[in-house]
Amino acid sequence: MFLAASAASSSFAQANISPAAAQTKPIYVLGAKLHIGNGKVIDNGYLMIEKGKITGVGDATLVKLNFSNGEVIQANDKHVYPGFIAPITNLGLAEFEAVKATLDFSEIGTLNPHIRAIVAYNTDSKVPATLRSNGILMAQVTPQGGVVAGSSSVVQLDAWNWEDAAIKTDDAMHLTWPVTPKPRQGFGGRGPQVSQELLKERTQKSLEELDQLFAEAKAYTETTPVVTNARLAAMRNLFNGRQKLFITADGEKDIIAAVNFAKKYGITPVLVGAEEASLVVDFLKQNNIAVVVRQPHALPNSIDDDVNKPYKNAAILANAGIIVVVSIDGYWQQRNLPFMAGTVAAWGLNPEQALQTITLNTAKVLGIEQRAGSLEQGKDATFFISSGDALDMKSNHVERAFIQGRDINLDNLHKQLDKKFSAKYSTAE
Amino acid sequence: MKKIILSLALVFSGTCMFAQQTYPVNGSYDIRQGLYAFTNATIMVSANQTIKNGTLLIKGQTIQSVGSAGSIPKGYVIIDLKGKYIYPSLIDAFTSYGIPENTRQSSGMRQSIFVSTKKGAYNWNEAIRPETQAAAIFGMDAKKADDLRKAGFGSVNAISRDGIARGTSVAVSLSDEKENMTLLNAQAAANYSFNKGSSQNDYPTSLMGAIALLRQTYYDAQWYSKQKEEHNLSLEEFNKQQQLPQIFEADGWQNILRADKIGKEFGKQYIIKSNGDEYQRVDAVKATGASLIIPLNFVKAYDVEDAEDARNVTLAQMKNWELAPTNPGILEKAGIRFSLTTFGIDNSRDFWTNLRTAIANGLSQKQALLALTEIPASMIGISDKVGTLEKGKLANFIITSDSLFKKENLVLENWVQGKRFITYKKDDKDTATKSPTKKEEPQPALANGKVIYPFTAFGTSEALKSETVLLKNATVWTNEKEGILQNADVLLENGKIKSVGKNLAAGNARVIDATGKHITPGLIDEHSHIAGTGGINEGSQSSSAEVRIADIINSEDVNIYRQLAGGVTTSQILHGSANPVGGQSQLIKLRWGKLPEELKFAGADGFIKFALGENVKQSNFGTGARFPVTRMGVEQSFVDEFTRAKEYKTAMAKKGNTVRRDLELDAIVEILDNKRFITCHSYVQSEINMLIHVADSLGFKINTFTHILEGYKVADKMKAHGINASTFSDWWAYKMEVAEAIPYNGKIMHNVGITTAFNSDDAEMARRLNQEAGKAMLYGGLPEEDALKFVTLNPARMLHIDNKVGSLKAGKDADVVVWSAHPLSIYAKAEQTFVDGIPYWNLSKDEQIRKDNDAERSRLIKKMQESKNKGGKTQRPTPESPRLYHCESVGDYAQELNDLERTHDHE
Repeated sequence: MFLAASAASSSFAQANISPAAAQTKPIYVLGAKLHIGNGKVIDNGYLMIEKGKITGVGDATLVKLNFSNGEVIQANDKHVYPGFIAPITNLGLAEFEAVKATLDFSEIGTLNPHIRAIVAYNTDSKVPATLRSNGILMAQVTPQGGVVAGSSSVVQLDAWNWEDAAIKTDDAMHLTWPVTPKPRQGFGGRGPQVSQELLKERTQKSLEELDQLFAEAKAYTETTPVVTNARLAAMRNLFNGRQKLFITADGEKDIIAAVNFAKKYGITPVLVGAEEASLVVDFLKQNNIAVVVRQPHALPNSIDDDVNKPYKNAAILANAGIIVVVSIDGYWQQRNLPFMAGTVAAWGLNPEQALQTITLNTAKVLGIEQRAGSLEQGKDATFFISSGDALDMKSNHVERAFIQGRDINLDNLHKQLDKKFSAKYSTAE
Repeated sequence: MKKIILSLALVFSGTCMFAQQTYPVNGSYDIRQGLYAFTNATIMVSANQTIKNGTLLIKGQTIQSVGSAGSIPKGYVIIDLKGKYIYPSLIDAFTSYGIPENTRQSSGMRQSIFVSTKKGAYNWNEAIRPETQAAAIFGMDAKKADDLRKAGFGSVNAISRDGIARGTSVAVSLSDEKENMTLLNAQAAANYSFNKGSSQNDYPTSLMGAIALLRQTYYDAQWYSKQKEEHNLSLEEFNKQQQLPQIFEADGWQNILRADKIGKEFGKQYIIKSNGDEYQRVDAVKATGASLIIPLNFVKAYDVEDAEDARNVTLAQMKNWELAPTNPGILEKAGIRFSLTTFGIDNSRDFWTNLRTAIANGLSQKQALLALTEIPASMIGISDKVGTLEKGKLANFIITSDSLFKKENLVLENWVQGKRFITYKKDDKDTATKSPTKKEEPQPALANGKVIYPFTAFGTSEALKSETVLLKNATVWTNEKEGILQNADVLLENGKIKSVGKNLAAGNARVIDATGKHITPGLIDEHSHIAGTGGINEGSQSSSAEVRIADIINSEDVNIYRQLAGGVTTSQILHGSANPVGGQSQLIKLRWGKLPEELKFAGADGFIKFALGENVKQSNFGTGARFPVTRMGVEQSFVDEFTRAKEYKTAMAKKGNTVRRDLELDAIVEILDNKRFITCHSYVQSEINMLIHVADSLGFKINTFTHILEGYKVADKMKAHGINASTFSDWWAYKMEVAEAIPYNGKIMHNVGITTAFNSDDAEMARRLNQEAGKAMLYGGLPEEDALKFVTLNPARMLHIDNKVGSLKAGKDADVVVWSAHPLSIYAKAEQTFVDGIPYWNLSKDEQIRKDNDAERSRLIKKMQESKNKGGKTQRPTPESPRLYHCESVGDYAQELNDLERTHDHE
């Protein structure tokens, strides 16, 4: 296993895809349909980029621009989008799911507030380049496992190393609300099932330990402690509002319990998963809770559920006035993130609002809305040009992409292998 | 009267009723006459004959006479039963009374034990244990006997419920005498099940493996009787037991059909012990012709006070709670012969409560009595001894205070082989036979919901019918040389496509305006694992060519409906990829609501699953003890299998051969004869190349490489060999062998000229195969018509069914999808899906179905709460996560059965 893994990492080079150099001259994107990311669209727009920032955006038919000193990109009939943001992903923390040596996202222990994802983020992973070419330009690299998994960081996907990549380090702490696992249905499972009573006891114990951790951490951060505790110290920014708290909870009661738990410590959490969130819409609105909907391409939770419920869930919440972010599980799967938003659009949400669930809403929830998430003046010039509707696989075709004004290389391992073998067969003929 | 009973009871205690001829006595012999006359009773001689004011004479353990009142000879102890009733004592044909509990498999990691660990000349597989003789291990169990007697039982069939072939059971009376006296039939029946029980062998891990093993055992036994090479005590016993009644424990109506199918294959008619859900498909059960043994362990109402708890109870569970008590009555009306068993019921009070509930729900008293006396007696070969009160039969009867099935009735005494047992004492406040307390009224038959097909949410009470439909004015993707037709019509009639074209005449067809819609052929999933049960991998041996997905099709899987909602109409259900030679595949159409057999795609060629790479060499799971563990070993698995199969074929072809029929090799010979076709799970180019070479050298063909994620590297070789490709659109990085899997794979293979498909291998993704096809446009810019063919015509071709499905052409099956938008777009919804012209999915009708389901749920929730308020027992709902299979699902069917039973035991 070890041999196989190490051989692999040296043979899949992708060495010629370098992070792009800094922007040197102004860029003007003209004539495209601009999907601003805040719900608005400009059909024939212009976009001005200088020194990595958006310096102008508007209707091209209304202004006269002087672009003598810069690069002009004529993009008539094309679409421009803010770079899509993949929330809650182990991108760069995993290379091959089945190869343990390549997995760096789940640490031992259940309460790990001191664990930080950013330091393990592998910019040389072959995966990010395959996401960029579908329009995903930023990600929230997130640890998993246990009850408190640790801190995520937001990165951009064209970097030499994790320091370069970081947009916002330790943006959020990730907590999975302890619930009693469901027994499997039907046949085909492995091993015996532990009794429900025992499982419930364990859940209760987990909840108590979690509460204890937060209570002690809060007290710890109020003074200068004599004995340093890395776990408790790592939670300091949760209580002063500099770090967000993401809580994964799906059941109606668990959602309420999780939100109330955070409130007790003066924290407004971001809710993740939230399968039954539509049952507690009023509660969520009252408490100003944003929801990260997990993977619309999922099966219904229960046999009796509407077969299309997972497709509809995000639209139901968004139309009820909740800030909704859409995510997809995994890392290599992130290249399908645009189509999650497309699904949300197909099943009940206005397309531009659906776009918001992978752009501006995500930026807000991650706390980077000042510099990312929409095509607005003053923000990072992180965007891409697609010849067609990027939320639809039929027409997503990313021609150019920019991260902080840098004109990034859209090649990737898959395109390279395509070229290599397509060429083999075409010369054979 | 009571006084007499009590005093007699005292007299008898400690004495010995009959002489046990061969046993010495310590002290003086005290042998009684055993002459009793029961007078003035209402005697139910049998379910068909009642004598009012009758007299029953017994001598020792035998009935001397039954008749109307008359003079009683001298020497009889007279027991006056004025106002009382005498019934033949009850018989249970399915118990494990007096049988030591088997040591169940230890939990935890499996160890890889390939053959029997049992010493002696027995079968290779421990689950085949016909040598078990319940008579030899039976021991009287005083406590259990007392319980059963209190419930009115006098004799039972005692079964060793361990293994797939379980050996003979023994019919015993429930007397507390020495076993020498109580054995009524030492070879009552031969017993079978699908549960390997305590067997330590890995094989079989799945239901289909259990079925295959039993099937092979029949052939082995046939062979054994004609050969002189080896001794096999198991097979010897198996053969001997074929003349006995054959009892099969197969829980649930689908398993009844499965068991019966095996029986029919070998000329056996099993008596089948089921679980009481037969009402869900009573016609199919009736058609088996099998007699049944039916339990009365109706589920308790779910405690649905809390709305979140209620959500954890499925509609099927709720409906089953309501309808299960109607099961015996429904079976009676259907004319199915059945007996009733106490199996699964913990105490005799529940037995009577539930029996009365069954009667309140349509079971006649006469049938109830038959099902507890004559029918079980005949099932286990003791009709000559018990079941009715006739001269010469055993004095096995009960004395009751009232008509047996009345709520107030008490079983006062239970006489077993002429020995009296008092089962009710007045001062005994908590005797099990006491009439049910107010708290546990038998549940009367109120207005019940209807049975739905399938028995789950989204089932319907009426079967959907094939319609004559004209779909008008749509964009029609024909997949034929006509290409995409604008403003065109499609006419469906008699389950076929009648015509495709512009301005078709409606005739008497229902016209559906499809303006602005797109119409495509139904989608075909070349690689699916839905609609199966009991595991889809039999990976415990490197070849399991003998197992058949056909044996385990589950028509009640909600994923059938979910995938219709995604436009899928045909799916190839494959064995998993845990071993090089997997099992035989089954092609199905998604005919929601039909029986498992009716789902099968008629007339289609047989396929078989092969696999290469990490799964078969168990890189990521398993013990790593089973050969092979390298790609080098994988090659030799195939070489060996095909070499043996060729030799087998040659040997079989010789006249008068005594070759043992081997179902595993039969399947391989079918491949060699081009009668069965290979779908091979494959990843990296080296192994793909390898199998092509093995096929060439051993003379077989590879029909399809499935997954085939590095197909793009050897596309020229595949093309040269005419091999098809069924791949994923964009999966990679989930294990080492997909490190170079690319989303351009489909496009490259297609461009080289290989028939290429995209498949799901995943119950979720199968709901949007059209979008996966759309990704062929994203990655590689395939023309849209070619992209759609990846999930329609191309899989039809590689499955050899393109003469029936895959394109829209007159004469083909009316498997058609109406889409709201361009079918390869993320925005497209399947609005209607027809299979054989039957509208199985309709997006707007689905909304109505959900409303109806919700209403039915509300009604049942209310009913359960009422039941709870009346004091009925409840159980707390436990949420369950649905089980889904994919290629790598490895499980243990028997383990789960055992766990299930254990959980129930501890309730």
